[in-house]
Amino acid sequence: MERIIFYILALIMIVFAIKAVSSRKMLRSVIYLLFVLVGIAGIYFMVDYTFLAAIQLAVYAGGVIVLIIFSVLLVHHIELKLDDASLKSRIVAIALSLLGASVTLFAIWTYNFNPIENYNRIEVADIGRGLLSYGDGGFILPFEVISVLLLAVMIGAIVIAKGKKLEQ
Amino acid sequence: MIHGISIYEILTLTTIIFFIGLYGFLTRKNLITMLLSIELILNASAINFVVINKYLFPENLQGVFFSLFIIAIAAAEAALAIAIIINLYKLITSVEVKDTETMKY
Repeated sequence: MERIIFYILALIMIVFAIKAVSSRKMLRSVIYLLFVLVGIAGIYFMVDYTFLAAIQLAVYAGGVIVLIIFSVLLVHHIELKLDDASLKSRIVAIALSLLGASVTLFAIWTYNFNPIENYNRIEVADIGRGLLSYGDGGFILPFEVISVLLLAVMIGAIVIAKGKKLEQ
Repeated sequence: MIHGISIYEILTLTTIIFFIGLYGFLTRKNLITMLLSIELILNASAINFVVINKYLFPENLQGVFFSLFIIAIAAAEAALAIAIIINLYKLITSVEVKDTETMKY
């Protein structure tokens, strides 16, 4: 059962990822990306990390996609089709991607992983304790740094998007 | 872990998604669609962290934390990139890569 669901998810993700990078209508490619992100949340659900799946749905599907759709609507006419890349650059890109993928897949398939059979699920409380612990394997410092980073990004985004005042 | 699915299959899936994102980044000529490809790349690497954590080191949570940080940084990056794109559109009314010379140097 899980096998079938995983293969369906994988198929959906690969097909929509290809559509997202090749569709000539910009708004459609954003929606195709949304399907890929929801599929990734499905993978997180399948490995029992439900908190991470919820974060993925809330931040990506809820936040980033809405932000990108909003900016597409602001800067792009919906009826316009995007320029296609030239055949030569597309062939070069496909060749580079295939080369990289084959090297990576070769490295993965020849490496001998030793998976540990487990079906334990983690509680949200464990994640919270790990993020706020000072001890070994604690993540308090990056947690704090990321809060400062988010504040800086918020202020920076406002300042940059506001831009210069138009001269009268 | 997923019943009946080995780590190799999931890593193959993420590799394919990563390189589809790379292909998009190389061929797209529009800033927003390039941003979409970057999101694909980041998400593929986030799954890798989670899956390796789950299959190889189920007692630890480090992969989950790294994925959380990747998601947070990706959201921050998307917000900043869109602010820059909107500012650029106000300046030159275009978001094509070939037209963006204003912010160089």
